Amino acid sequence: MDEWGKRIMRMILAKRPPLPYWAQILIPFIAIVVSLCLSSIPIIYAKGDLFKSYFYLFYGALGTRYNFLETCVKSSPLIFTGLAVAFAFRAKFWNIGAEGQLLAGAIVATWIGINVPEMPKFAALALIISAGFVAGGLWALIPALLKTKLKVDDVVSSLLLNYVMWHIMGALLFGPLQQPGSSWPRSPSISELAKYPMLLARSRFHLGIVMAVVAIAIIWFINEKTVLGYRIKSIGANLKAAGFGGIPTTSVIIKTAMISGGLAALAGVGEVCAIHYHLLMDVSPGYGYSGIIIAMLGRLHPLGVGLSAFFFSMIIVGAQTMSRMTGVPVYIADVIQGMSLLIMLVAQLFTEYKIKVISK
Amino acid sequence: MSPKNRSPIVEMRSIKKCFLDTVALKSVNFTLYEGEICALLGENGAGKTTLMNVLFGYYACDDGEIYVNGKKVTFSAPRDAIAKGIGMVHQHFALVPSISVLENIVVGIKESKNLFLDMKEAKHKLLDLEKMYGLFVDPDVKVETLSIGEQQKVEILKALYRGAKILILDEPTAVLAPLETKDLFATLRKLTENGNSVIFISHKLYEVMEISDRIVVLRNGEIVAERHKTETNMRELASLMVGGEIDLGKRKNVGFKLINDEIKDVLRVNDLWVMGNRGIEAVKGVTFSVKEGEILGIAGVSGNGQKELAECLFGIRLPEKGEVYLDGLSLAFGNPFFTVMNGMGRIPEDRIDIGLMMDLTVEDNIILEMHAFRPLKNGILLNYDAAHRVSDELIQKFSIKTAGRDALTKTLSGGNLQKIILARVIYRNPRLIVAAQPTRGLDVGAIDFIHDQLITTSKNNNSGILLISEDLDEVFSLSDRIAVMYEGKFMGIVDIENADRETIGLWMSGVKESCA
Amino acid sequence: MGSLFDQIFQMSFIIGLLSAMFRMATPIIFGTLGEIITERSGVLNLGIEGIMLISAMFGFLATLTTGSQWFGVLIAILVGVIFALMMAFLVVYLGLSQHVSGLGVTLFATGLAMFVYRHAVGSPTIPPIVQPFKPFPIPYLSDIPFFGQILFNQYALVYVSWALIPIMWIFLYKTRYGLALRVVGENPMAADTVGINVNLTRTLALVVGGALMGVGGAFLTLAHQNMFLIDVVGGRGWVCIAMVIFGNWDPIRGSLGALLFGFIDAFQLRLQSSGFAIPFHLFLVLPYVITIIALIGVARKSSAPAGLLKPYRREEKGG
Repeated sequence: MDEWGKRIMRMILAKRPPLPYWAQILIPFIAIVVSLCLSSIPIIYAKGDLFKSYFYLFYGALGTRYNFLETCVKSSPLIFTGLAVAFAFRAKFWNIGAEGQLLAGAIVATWIGINVPEMPKFAALALIISAGFVAGGLWALIPALLKTKLKVDDVVSSLLLNYVMWHIMGALLFGPLQQPGSSWPRSPSISELAKYPMLLARSRFHLGIVMAVVAIAIIWFINEKTVLGYRIKSIGANLKAAGFGGIPTTSVIIKTAMISGGLAALAGVGEVCAIHYHLLMDVSPGYGYSGIIIAMLGRLHPLGVGLSAFFFSMIIVGAQTMSRMTGVPVYIADVIQGMSLLIMLVAQLFTEYKIKVISK
Repeated sequence: MSPKNRSPIVEMRSIKKCFLDTVALKSVNFTLYEGEICALLGENGAGKTTLMNVLFGYYACDDGEIYVNGKKVTFSAPRDAIAKGIGMVHQHFALVPSISVLENIVVGIKESKNLFLDMKEAKHKLLDLEKMYGLFVDPDVKVETLSIGEQQKVEILKALYRGAKILILDEPTAVLAPLETKDLFATLRKLTENGNSVIFISHKLYEVMEISDRIVVLRNGEIVAERHKTETNMRELASLMVGGEIDLGKRKNVGFKLINDEIKDVLRVNDLWVMGNRGIEAVKGVTFSVKEGEILGIAGVSGNGQKELAECLFGIRLPEKGEVYLDGLSLAFGNPFFTVMNGMGRIPEDRIDIGLMMDLTVEDNIILEMHAFRPLKNGILLNYDAAHRVSDELIQKFSIKTAGRDALTKTLSGGNLQKIILARVIYRNPRLIVAAQPTRGLDVGAIDFIHDQLITTSKNNNSGILLISEDLDEVFSLSDRIAVMYEGKFMGIVDIENADRETIGLWMSGVKESCA
Repeated sequence: MGSLFDQIFQMSFIIGLLSAMFRMATPIIFGTLGEIITERSGVLNLGIEGIMLISAMFGFLATLTTGSQWFGVLIAILVGVIFALMMAFLVVYLGLSQHVSGLGVTLFATGLAMFVYRHAVGSPTIPPIVQPFKPFPIPYLSDIPFFGQILFNQYALVYVSWALIPIMWIFLYKTRYGLALRVVGENPMAADTVGINVNLTRTLALVVGGALMGVGGAFLTLAHQNMFLIDVVGGRGWVCIAMVIFGNWDPIRGSLGALLFGFIDAFQLRLQSSGFAIPFHLFLVLPYVITIIALIGVARKSSAPAGLLKPYRREEKGG
């Protein structure tokens, strides 16, 4: 045998000194570029023309004023669910239940939206938004209490509660919330009072988008400037040490869960009050699950969440145009989302580790 | 048999090993001779364990060669070393508590081609082995029911069952009572009589002098000396180990405090009972007090309830019954915040597990116990300017070696981690400090620093200090009074001037003669 | 009300209910057993939901093209194994967060399943269907009154799932490899220092687990139903995770939990069709709610493998 046959190489991961800050920030962008490149595999599989596909993906997302504003519209629920997940994950409270919390917000917004009595519009909107926030917060309270008081795994309970809420919504839409005379699971339309104002002419650019941006700022403020933010960070880093240091861990986790659930619910409120104007079974095409990806890509930082929500909104909106023009199934958006998360994870690993080759 | 005519069984040549940016071993040459007990002496961080982990195939070395019985070997995993007859008992036992002794011993045995486990045959073989070496452990009980000493026997049996001819023991006496240590030494002698060779890692001089034939001293990743036992003494070994003269057994806490009833109690514990993790009472009715300005040392072998006692005082474990008064105030159990607020400084045993948040910054850890008070807490806001000021001040005052307050905590060395905890404790001028194993695993410099700080705080601040330690030297060096904990109870409390090592050692083994 | 109770106490209703219980429990048993062997090695596979879905989809497509149900099962196993290997790469070899990686695998597999299915079948108004598995009555045994109908007139895969329960138990507790696997899950360092290859063991556990999850998925599209729908798994993967906890990581207890879930699922289906005047969606909630309640019951007593969620790297610290 030649030299190669005798030398057996082995690869192991070895710790490396931390990368500079700018390199850390680059990681999500690298992940995005790599997943966009890798998405050419499914596109080719679906017999799409690569150049055309990527062109229409971006044209559909940003090519015209309307398309750009649609991308903004789509970002709003994604920012809310992304923030919800990021906020909870910072405390290592595994809230995978943003989907259910979103539906809770949507249901309550619909119910109030239909039955709201005559009152000033801003009061009606304030009522709906705060009621929706509370509904999502309470729904997220369940896994938080189960975790802190009864030691039930938060991943499993928050996941299962998504299905519970989905079926509750089904029961309501086939029951008390069903539009009279309809056999479809849809609610009556909400009152004009409950509709979010549109902020730009000839578009669906609505109040919820501004709210999402404000939410980013508020969450940033909580994280960086408040005692609660410090406590959440500490609990996430080491629950035992945080408790040992005198942080009331149970109450902080409960607060975190309720804020997280409330944020997710605002995505649902927005979908009902600005997009559909009624409740329907597919009010959310999985925004809650996309929130997980967005939170991770945004490295749990509110600004990062904003950016990655906008990116995935581009993918979702652009994929529709791409699908129309090239015949590649619109689910390419979901493939890209899933792929980016996995690639992001791998990329993040290499900020801490390097591959070391050992020959023996 | 003199070592001269013994043949080398293991040779390690110019072994090099780096971790991240620290060099753990710089070109070490080490030889083990057949049938000897060789002590590897050095302080914490000298590279003893790393060198042995390389020999055991647990770490891959960056450079160097290993010869076993004269043949060059390459170990990429412990299984390769086991195949060459090398066994290692790590300091933290590699046992599964929830399965039986026998299962722990037979797992991974390759020789049988049978899919199913032949437990009868295995048990037979194990019992023979137990008889041969006098290491008696019931094969059928679960490991979690065994004492630490028995678990160590299981570890040794595990290696012997695999046919180990070379046995490496990493700090085996750290967890043993003096009587158990005698048993272990007897076992080691029996092993060498049967032709095995033993490498004994330790930093305790008198043990090394007692058990080993030959002593190899490591310092900062280099072998600085090799001595036959008959050619050396403790004083020489000590100076070789730390690289300078040290005073053996000199008390650091010069002068001691006379304890009398007129001095105020800062901690009073009445008939405290605490449950351990496995539903067995770990602390069984202890009563004692710590006076202002006093250092009360609690000696004892680990696992005799010290950890549970400390955790109960820290507010992270609920007692079954009993009362605790902190500076006259009844302690609210299970509430760490209460202890922080009312002047207890706490140094936990598991500094990485419950003391620090390794993924956060040095500052985040320094402010942990003060973030809930002014000037750091300002309504719902956290005053980060004040946090920066405190962090910078403490980093300087306690000479914490770090790139700055924004450095990640996990980049610091063990001694500097402990300094962070010490800094945040002392900054708040505590009335009482409960220090559990405050210097375990640290190097001499850090140990000195921490001892000095504890003594200064007790003298200048008039704080009471409860020092819980397995290290008898440390207890004797610092305490004004010494108590010994054995099986959840106090064997006795004695003033330092009336304490002698022999009595304390016997107490640690649960033997209480009529003492003066 | 009266008519409902009349129905419940009819023999045919009971036979139908119990036989459906075993049928509904089968994918959960496969998934739960797959997750148990994985978690016993110290790896939480949250990819299970996605793995079951994409296996169900590929199994369905394979049967749709070839007409052979067993070929569909084979493909489903293969797909399960591939995604388990992806999981192994991420959490075993790279040591990434098991929580996030598992969710990532689920989301990626879900997206890919929908994408491939849509590309393969287009968007017809009526979704394509396959000829599903036929029940396989066991000769003589199926003629026993009452029990024969319930137990021995099932799909072949149902019997397979039953056989797997004792096999898994014997493997875990009575074989050398089972012992090694448990030690890897409890204390990987102990395993490593006696010469067991921790990463290989975990990878094999993931692979076997992924294969079982694949069969569970295939059962849904090739026996339970005859078509592929986006929500054909509908949270059953998460239920399996819950059943592992409920069963305290024991194959027998976990499977009993799966039977309980199957019973509730079968019961709610029958309540739906009984025309009882409560929206059927409320019954659909039952299995999930009862799963959560079951978790509450065992949460404090459960003892997860001590090495679960912890990646194993030998050279983590120096000194």
